[in-house]
Amino acid sequence: MHSKRLKKIEPKQFYNLMCLFFYFRDRKEWADLEPVPQDDGPNPVVKIAYSEKFTDVFDMFRALLKNDEKSERAFALTAEAIELNAANYTVWHYRRVLLQALDKDLREEMKYITAIIEDQPKNYQVWHHRRMVVEWLNDPSEELQFVAEILSQDAKNYHAWQHRQWVMQEYKLWDGELEYVEELLEEDVRNNSAWNQRHFVISHTSGYSDSAILEREVQYTLKQIKKAPHNESAWNYLNGILQDGGLSSYPGLLEQVTELQDTCSSPYLTAFLVDLYEDALETNSSSYDQQETLNKALELCKLLAEEKDTIRREYWNYVSRSLQNTYGSGDPVASSSDPPPPSSSQQPDTEPSDP
Amino acid sequence: SLSLLAESDDNNFILQGTQVKDVIIKPDAPNTLLLDKHADYIAAYGSKKDDYEYTLSEYLRMSGIYWGLTVMDLMGQLSRMNREEIIEFIKSCQHDCGGISASIGHDPHLLYTLSAVQILSLYDSINVIDVEKVVDYVKGLQQEDGSFAGDKWGEIDTRFSFCAVATLALLGKLDEINMDKAVEFVLSCMNFDGGFGCRPDSESHAGQIYCCTGFLSITGQLHKVNADLLGWWLCERQLPSGGLNGRPEKLPDVCYSWWVLASLKIIGRIHWIDKAKLRSFILACQDEETGGFADRPGDMVDPFHTLFGVAGLSLLGDEQIKPVNPVFCMPEDVLQRVGLQPDLLS
Repeated sequence: MHSKRLKKIEPKQFYNLMCLFFYFRDRKEWADLEPVPQDDGPNPVVKIAYSEKFTDVFDMFRALLKNDEKSERAFALTAEAIELNAANYTVWHYRRVLLQALDKDLREEMKYITAIIEDQPKNYQVWHHRRMVVEWLNDPSEELQFVAEILSQDAKNYHAWQHRQWVMQEYKLWDGELEYVEELLEEDVRNNSAWNQRHFVISHTSGYSDSAILEREVQYTLKQIKKAPHNESAWNYLNGILQDGGLSSYPGLLEQVTELQDTCSSPYLTAFLVDLYEDALETNSSSYDQQETLNKALELCKLLAEEKDTIRREYWNYVSRSLQNTYGSGDPVASSSDPPPPSSSQQPDTEPSDP
Repeated sequence: SLSLLAESDDNNFILQGTQVKDVIIKPDAPNTLLLDKHADYIAAYGSKKDDYEYTLSEYLRMSGIYWGLTVMDLMGQLSRMNREEIIEFIKSCQHDCGGISASIGHDPHLLYTLSAVQILSLYDSINVIDVEKVVDYVKGLQQEDGSFAGDKWGEIDTRFSFCAVATLALLGKLDEINMDKAVEFVLSCMNFDGGFGCRPDSESHAGQIYCCTGFLSITGQLHKVNADLLGWWLCERQLPSGGLNGRPEKLPDVCYSWWVLASLKIIGRIHWIDKAKLRSFILACQDEETGGFADRPGDMVDPFHTLFGVAGLSLLGDEQIKPVNPVFCMPEDVLQRVGLQPDLLS
């Protein structure tokens, strides 16, 4: 029997459950409430110990909801419920209703949600709750530092990045973000979230239309590629920022990328060259010999399909065929996976499918 | 290719001299489809209602039921589930505002409204709930910029755009929202790499891409997608193990076999994936003892990954499984009965 990696139950959570706990149903301040049991099936004959506390807390929670009680004890109970199951969105709703009904101190709530997120940072509800509190306080002053804290534990936490982007856009907090992104990329140049953030910051501040900015970005990206050539994010970024202008017409780009081939080769580099050649063909660029460019592109597609990126051979064969069909001077090339030609075509396809 | 892999540290392997984040499939991993075991696993799931994990997941129960029923239907085993009990349960979960909650005593939410409508479509029992009120609820969540909130608390996410149109499509009421604005918002979430995130400028993510391509299919706007660019980004999710990840430099997970594969099917580029390698990854995620699928080989199974493993295999053409619709993740025969044929690119 091979060992299985268990779903993670937070150690603190488990400890909490196993400890001696003074059940709510036994507390005299709660005696007036009739606990409401979970209602999605018959109760089991034998209850397992760790579910006792859970049942107790949530039975009480349901009782409070049923009576629509808005009290301090209800507020305290939401914290217990959240500790047991922070993904239960109804508990968070109720807590927000109580925060407003009881006019609770929102600064205290910020401390609370900070602790909860630090404990369980991969949960939609906790981040949405934090956003609501920030909105109510209209105070983003702690946010960037807090998110940086969370990202220092997991630099790709999708929720954390959403929150960060929201804060920056809502409160116009753009200063220092590019520096922050660079720090993250120093730590892990393959952090796709950080590359996305780089695009986000620049798009919303200077933009890419200034040629000095664009050149700075191109050089920055090429430098990162030299450090770690097998980096999808860097190549995607380079492609993304140059799309509008066109890869083949960017001065010196072909030379710089070709130069990298010896020491920094990767399927991404080869793919980038294919894109660049395709752009040269599409724009009918006078700086490129059209036939030679087509041949080079086809050669690279073949290299990728047969050797360097075989898992994506279908894609590379598709690119090859498209290039042939669009820019080649011979008969159209088809494959078994292409849709059949329209019935109004003059001749049936006679080309064999790809080897 | 296994000989090119040398283990460096946990889940980081060296392939042809460079670090690749991936898993290694052990030689004794399952390599045949164990449908009967999966059916037994799902049929028994939730019958032990004191199970901690089951209790913990009450907040998503409606979706849990949808995952279980759908995978059972795909395996031709729907009759083993308790139809009457489930329909009664759903009726108890519709609130006055029309929205449907994950479970009794929970608040309504778009996610669980969609799951409920999907379940009732499977059971051809849509009219046990107040359909007009569901439509009102969905309409009421559309914002000025065309986006949809998940519930009255206002979280915005393209997942909810998908939930909204999928729900209305299944009810035959797509014309009740501001379609142009809804489309405009989703398209504003298209990124420089051709992918989509949860809000404008959010990082491209396979789960969000599934929601957005599904949305654009339902709303007849797939021509707005850059299919070659997005298809390339999606097929780049395939790792040497054959599994798919959700964004660059992340580990493979069987649920991405659905999000990525369904997206590729929708945009007409499913053949860009190495199908044989993906199939062997998915099969390796099975648990031969308990039945069910885990996120990756060797981990604990759950109904969520079981559905997406089986649905992924269906998309790859496994004939032991019913054809699955890539937009709705429901059996094709159910959608035919409902009369829905969402566009796919060829």
